[in-house]
Amino acid sequence: MSRIGVFVCHCGENIGRTVDCADVAQSLGELPGVVHAADYKYMCSDPGQQLVKQAIADKQLDGVVVAACSPRMHEKTFRRACSNQGMNPYLCEMANIREHCSWIHEDRTKATEKAIALGRAIIEKVKRNQPLQPIRIPIERRALVIGGGIAGIQAALDIADGGGEVVLVEREPSIGGHMSQLSETFPTLDCSQCILTPRMVEAYQHPRIKLMAYSEVDAVSGYIGNFNVKIRHKARSVDDTKCNGCGECQKVCPNKKIPSEFEQGLGRRTAIYVPFPQAVPNIPVIDRQNCALFKGRAKGLKKQACGKCAEVCGRQAVNFDQQDSFTSVKVGAIVVATGYQLYSIAQKQAHELLQGYGEYGYGTIPDVIDGLQFERLASASGPTGGKILRPSDGKEPKKIVFLSCIGSRDPAKGISYCSKICCMYVAKHTMLYRHKVHDGQAFVFYMDIRAAGKGYDEFARRAIEEEGAIYLRGRVSKLERASDVVKVYGTDTLSGENIVIDADLVVLATAMRPQPGIESLAQKLSVSYDAHGFINEAHPKLRPVETNTAGIFVAGACQAPRDIPDSVSMASGAATKVLGLFSNLELEREPTVAVVDEAGCAGCFHCERVCPYGAVEHKDIRDRKGTLIRVVANVNKGVCQGCGTCQATCPSKKVELQGFTDEQIYAAISAL
Amino acid sequence: MSASEPVPTHHDPSLSGEINKLTGLNVAACYQCGKCSAGCPMAAEMPRKPHQLLRLVQLNQRQAVLSDSSLWLCLTCETCTSRCPNQVDPARLIDGLRELAFQQDPTLAPLKQRAFHQAFLHQIKSHGRVFELGLVVDYKLKSGALLDDALQAPGMLWRGKLALMPNNIEGKAEVRRIFEACEHVAGEEIPS
Repeated sequence: MSRIGVFVCHCGENIGRTVDCADVAQSLGELPGVVHAADYKYMCSDPGQQLVKQAIADKQLDGVVVAACSPRMHEKTFRRACSNQGMNPYLCEMANIREHCSWIHEDRTKATEKAIALGRAIIEKVKRNQPLQPIRIPIERRALVIGGGIAGIQAALDIADGGGEVVLVEREPSIGGHMSQLSETFPTLDCSQCILTPRMVEAYQHPRIKLMAYSEVDAVSGYIGNFNVKIRHKARSVDDTKCNGCGECQKVCPNKKIPSEFEQGLGRRTAIYVPFPQAVPNIPVIDRQNCALFKGRAKGLKKQACGKCAEVCGRQAVNFDQQDSFTSVKVGAIVVATGYQLYSIAQKQAHELLQGYGEYGYGTIPDVIDGLQFERLASASGPTGGKILRPSDGKEPKKIVFLSCIGSRDPAKGISYCSKICCMYVAKHTMLYRHKVHDGQAFVFYMDIRAAGKGYDEFARRAIEEEGAIYLRGRVSKLERASDVVKVYGTDTLSGENIVIDADLVVLATAMRPQPGIESLAQKLSVSYDAHGFINEAHPKLRPVETNTAGIFVAGACQAPRDIPDSVSMASGAATKVLGLFSNLELEREPTVAVVDEAGCAGCFHCERVCPYGAVEHKDIRDRKGTLIRVVANVNKGVCQGCGTCQATCPSKKVELQGFTDEQIYAAISAL
Repeated sequence: MSASEPVPTHHDPSLSGEINKLTGLNVAACYQCGKCSAGCPMAAEMPRKPHQLLRLVQLNQRQAVLSDSSLWLCLTCETCTSRCPNQVDPARLIDGLRELAFQQDPTLAPLKQRAFHQAFLHQIKSHGRVFELGLVVDYKLKSGALLDDALQAPGMLWRGKLALMPNNIEGKAEVRRIFEACEHVAGEEIPS
C-alpha cells in the first residue's frame, strides 16, 4: 500500500474563492493509500513547503500530490522540496486545480467536486510513479557564430576569451558587416573603421576562433550541447592557403566597372576583388557572374577568355576550377548574428506589401540615396574620398534633405515597426554634412525624434541647436526630379505650413530589415521568427538573447533593429549564456524521455517515422559471438523531447515515456 | 500661404540670425514643447501663441511673424521664460521681434496697441510714473477709441483710483535723462 501525502493550496483567494480546499483535503485524505492530507493558504511559500517536508519525514511518505497551480509554475519548487527531504523528486506530482478548475468555474460546489476528481486522478498516477534519475549528456564546448558583423565578432571574441572554441561563419568575403561601411558613429563621432578593424584582426588571429569567411551554414542537426553543423565554403576561385593578399590580380583585372557592394553601388570594383582594403581575411574572390573567363565558359567558349589574374599571381593561388567545399563541425551552442539590410525603395521585394515607393521615384532619381550610401560618401575611404558629392553630376550639394521613417512606421506598406537607429544617424549625417560643407543647409523631415540612449538626445539636439540643421515635423509626400534639383514636397505640422524645398541631394533613412535568407536559416536551426523575419527571442523581457530552441542564441539586428552599442551588449549577453552552458561538464535533462523495451520491440520503426525530432536510432542486437540477431529501435535521450508520439504509434506498446507510461495515464483517467 | 498649395520656403537666414545678434538668443533651441503657450495669460487672445511665433522664426517666415498682432499682446510677464525647459527666453524673443517690426514699419503694430505703448511711454517720460487720467486721455486721442470703457470712469473716480492731477516722482529728471540716453543710442527720438 502506498503512503501518499496530499497538499491542497488556496493560492490566496485564487483557488480558495471557488474551491472548498478544506473539503478537498478531507475527501482526498480518505482515499486508500493516502496517509496525510492538508490544506494551506500558500503552499509554495516557505512554511507551505515546510509542511510537505515535515509530512515526508513524519509519515514516511512515498509519494506527494500538490493540488495547486500549473506544474509549469511550481512543479520544480515542490520537487526540489521533496528532493531536499530525501525523496526522489519524480514521485511528486501536481494536480492543477487553479488554471484547470478555480479560474474557469463559478459554481463552488461543482468546482470543489472537480478539484477532488483531479486530485484523485493524480493520486492514482503517483501510486504508479517510478523514481527517475535526470539524464546527463556531454557538452561539446565549441560554439558556432553565424554572421561576422560587429555582433558576431563580439560574441566570438567573448566566447573565445572565456575559454570556448568558436567557429565564426561569414557569408561575405570579409567579416566586418555593416559597421565597416560606416564613416563615423553616433553619439561620439568616432571613426567606425578605427574602432572596428582591431576587433576584426583580433577575431582572425585568436587561437580559439576559426574564421570561415565566404561560407554559409548548409545544414544543422542535433540538440543543445551536441549540434552537428555542415558548412559550405563557397568557391573563392583563390586558394587561401597560397594567397598572400598582394593585390596584383586586382590591378590587372580588365573588368573594373562592376558596382561595388561595399560602396553601395557608388564605387566600382574589379571581377577579382577584396571588398575593402582592410578586409579580413585579405584574400580576394572572383565574382563569377562578372568575370570574363567564367562568362566565356558559360557561353561554351573553348578558348580561355581571360586569365590575367592567374598569369600575374606569383604564388599560383588563382584556381578557376575550385568548387564549393564542405566542413562538418560539432558544436554545443549556436549564436545567430546575421544582422540587417536596408529596405530598398526600388520595387524589388518579393513581398505583397514591400513594393517600394513610387512617390519617392522607386530609386530612379539619381540624387536620392539611402543612409548607407551617405555613409560611403562621408567616409574618408569612400568613393569620393570623404567629399560629399552627389551621384548625378558630382557637384557638392548646398541644400540636402534627409527623410526619416522611409518604410518604417508605415503599416500600409508592410513595416509597422520603428527602425530605431535612423533618428540618430540622420542627426549624425546632418553634422557630418555641416562639417564638410560649411555653407550648406541640411533639412530633416521627421515624425518624432526618438533619441533614447546615453548621450543620444543631447546629440540630436546638438545637430539642431549648434550645427544648424532645420528639422521639419512631417512626412514628405513626394519627390520629383526638376532640372538639376529634387523637389521635396513636405509639410511642417508645427507651423502648419506646407513646404517645398529644391534639394540638391535627398537622403532616405530607409527601414532596417533582416537579411535576405533569414527564414531559411531559421528553419534550418528550428528557431522561430516574426512576420518581418526577425528572429524571435524566447522572452521579450527576461530571455532576450535566447531563442525558443535550447542552445541557440541570438544577437544584434537579426532580432530587431539595433544600433552598435545594443548589438554589442546583446552579443556579450549571448556569449555569457554560451559560456554559462559550457561551464557545465554535462547537461542535466529531465528524464521524461521515451524508452524502448528492447526485448519486445519488433523493429518496425513506425516510431522513427513519426518522431519529429529524429531521436529514434537503430540498434543492433548481437549474440555473444557477435552475430547480428535483430535490429531494434533506440531513443537518443539527448534528442528526445518527450512528446510521446512514438508511444501512441507503437503497435506492440513497447516504447513508453518515462513518467507518463500507459499504466499511469490509464489509472489517472479511470480515477476521474 | 494656403495649406493645400505648397509654397516654397523663404530661405531668409537673417531673421534667426538677426534675433541672435539683437538678443543673443538661439531660436533653434526651441523644441516646440508648448509649455510657454500653455502658461501664457494672453495666449487665448493671441492669433499665434508664443511657441507658434517661435516656430515661424525658426522657419524664417519674417513677414508672417513681424506682422502678427500677437507680438503686441505680450505683457512681458515672463512666465514663459521662467518655465522654458531649454532656456529659450520667449519673452525676450517677442521683445526683439517688436523691435524688428518697429524698425521695419512702425505701423505694423495695430493702432490700439501702438497708441497704448506710446501713451504709456509718454507718461513715464513726463512724470516718471503713470498719471492714469493723462494716460487715458492720451490713449483715447491717439487710438480714436474715445468712448471705450467710458462707463468705468465714474466708479474709478469715486473709489479714488483716478487722480485728477499728476504726481511726479522725485527723480523725474533722471528718468528723462534715461530717455535721452536711449534716444541718443537709437539715433532718433522715442516716439510719443
